[in-house]
Amino acid sequence: MPPLAQRNLFHDKVRLAVTLTGIVFSVVLIVVQLGLFFGFTTATSNLIDHSNADLWMTSKNVPYVEQGVAFSERKLYQVRAVPGVADAQKIIAHWTGWKRHDGGQESVQIVGINVDDSLERPWNLVEGRVEDLKSPDSVILDELYKQKLGVTRVGEVFEIGGYRARVVGFTRGIRSFTTSPYVFTSFKNAQNFAALREDQTLFILVKVAPGADLQQVRQGLLDHVKDVEVFTTGEFSHMTTFYWMFTTGAGVAVLIAAVLGLVVGFVVVAQTIYATTMDHIREYGTLKAMGAPNSYVYKVIMKQAAISAVIGYGLGMIVSVFVVRGSQAGGAAILMPPSMAVAMFFVTLLMCVGAALVSINKVMRIDPAMVFKG
Amino acid sequence: MQAAIAVRQLTKTYDEGSTGTLALRGVDLDAHAGELLMLMGPSGSGKTTLLSIMGCILTATSGSVRVAGREVVGLREKELPALRLEHVGFVFQGFNLFPTLSAGENVELMLDLKGVAAAAAKRRAHELLDQVGLGGKYGSFPADLSGGQKQRVAIARALAGDPGIILADEPTAALDSHTGRNVMEMMSELAHKRGRAVVIVTHDSRVLSFADRIVKIEDGAIARTTEAELVPAGLLVHGMGASTVGLV
Repeated sequence: MPPLAQRNLFHDKVRLAVTLTGIVFSVVLIVVQLGLFFGFTTATSNLIDHSNADLWMTSKNVPYVEQGVAFSERKLYQVRAVPGVADAQKIIAHWTGWKRHDGGQESVQIVGINVDDSLERPWNLVEGRVEDLKSPDSVILDELYKQKLGVTRVGEVFEIGGYRARVVGFTRGIRSFTTSPYVFTSFKNAQNFAALREDQTLFILVKVAPGADLQQVRQGLLDHVKDVEVFTTGEFSHMTTFYWMFTTGAGVAVLIAAVLGLVVGFVVVAQTIYATTMDHIREYGTLKAMGAPNSYVYKVIMKQAAISAVIGYGLGMIVSVFVVRGSQAGGAAILMPPSMAVAMFFVTLLMCVGAALVSINKVMRIDPAMVFKG
Repeated sequence: MQAAIAVRQLTKTYDEGSTGTLALRGVDLDAHAGELLMLMGPSGSGKTTLLSIMGCILTATSGSVRVAGREVVGLREKELPALRLEHVGFVFQGFNLFPTLSAGENVELMLDLKGVAAAAAKRRAHELLDQVGLGGKYGSFPADLSGGQKQRVAIARALAGDPGIILADEPTAALDSHTGRNVMEMMSELAHKRGRAVVIVTHDSRVLSFADRIVKIEDGAIARTTEAELVPAGLLVHGMGASTVGLV
């Protein structure tokens, strides 16, 4: 087949630029909206997903990680006695108040961990060490929230829940879905910051022994420890994400924005592809008059749409990568996992081909006799 | 002798709201292989509609149209393209070349529609352009060609499908007299030396000398048919230049 589709596309540079701009705009819009959705979704369960635990033990009726209810830390010893448990640690995740130097108050989420254990630790440290949390009153927070919490450097002292707190390190990219940043500290400090009694914890994390059956261990925990619930890490992550994204309505808003991004993107692409097809409507009429079957005309239009999609996707991804990277320094992360980048290719192809189908409908109704009209 | 196109009692009505416009009324007409037939008449008389129906582009409202011996009235619309491709070549007033394809590629497009392989299509496109005197213009784009050259590319394209019937709509209207004459000489050769049935719609009285038969259409019906030897001398050649190009 003579390269009609390619030539039609590249012949008019201005039209090509307009078409590609429309597709690139749509790709970036969808990536940003879906990326925000994924960013928010990931942020809701950051703490759970980064733990090395297999199971999370909570009090009864705890809907999500930030809503932990205190129970006796003595249950830790009962947990460790259950067959198949390789390791178990108590942790605290709880909202409390941070007092800035200027007297202002900020809400933070204290995360109290066993510093000697690896079931839950701060990650992506850019300054300080996790072991520094062993020193009294020490805390580690994310550099994203320095300004919000009034922190400028390691060594500064603040007040959390009425207790002294000293910054010993910073992480990078540990976002919280809420406006309350995570502040990591030792379990003992966290009990103070969160105003818990010395014998209380909020969660117990469990690592199952190699070869042990996860569901059997879980059932063993429920049988041996009273008044608790036990979730797999995946379940608890899903519960927390579901709560924030759908029960609060926050996620629904982001999801609607993502869907709107798709719709607007499709409309923009449809409009530009349609206009491109209409520019060549007389040529398609000539093709039909010459005896080309509809399938031949489809092929030309589809090829044009597919080429537009590939180029538009490539350019759109380049712009998107810059946008995604730029968002890392902000409070709302835009995430683009590789699977999303791959899926976007097919979404773009689908949008362009779908848009071409709309214009094909118009082309198929061309009266071939139009070729006789001067 | 069987007519390449045989039209009998042809009517065509265009639907326009609650009323219809009768464009053709009871037309009887044959076009034979080896004959150059011209359709003349005022604007709106129905000659282009007749040409469109003869070329299987429009469907008739009633009557009979046989193209290469096959009845086309009553065929489904999706059956018509194959019939056009097989039997009919078109030459348009506005050339209707694909501006983004070179002259050679425009010809190849028709060959591709006919299922000719790429290499063979390229060879054949070169041959056809040679035949219309455009041997060196394979890679030239329509924008770089004169009106006469464009029309010759269009003729080469029409010939690429090796059709028995060539239908041309005002093929000289956009050309000067000299170029128009060249184009008409090609049309004449197609009919008289290559045995094609050539039907030309024209307003251009300068080209009437090339006709074997002139059919005048008025108000959707044939008003008069004039055989070549009876064409009034006053209607023949008005200022057309000498021939310079013919089909090789």
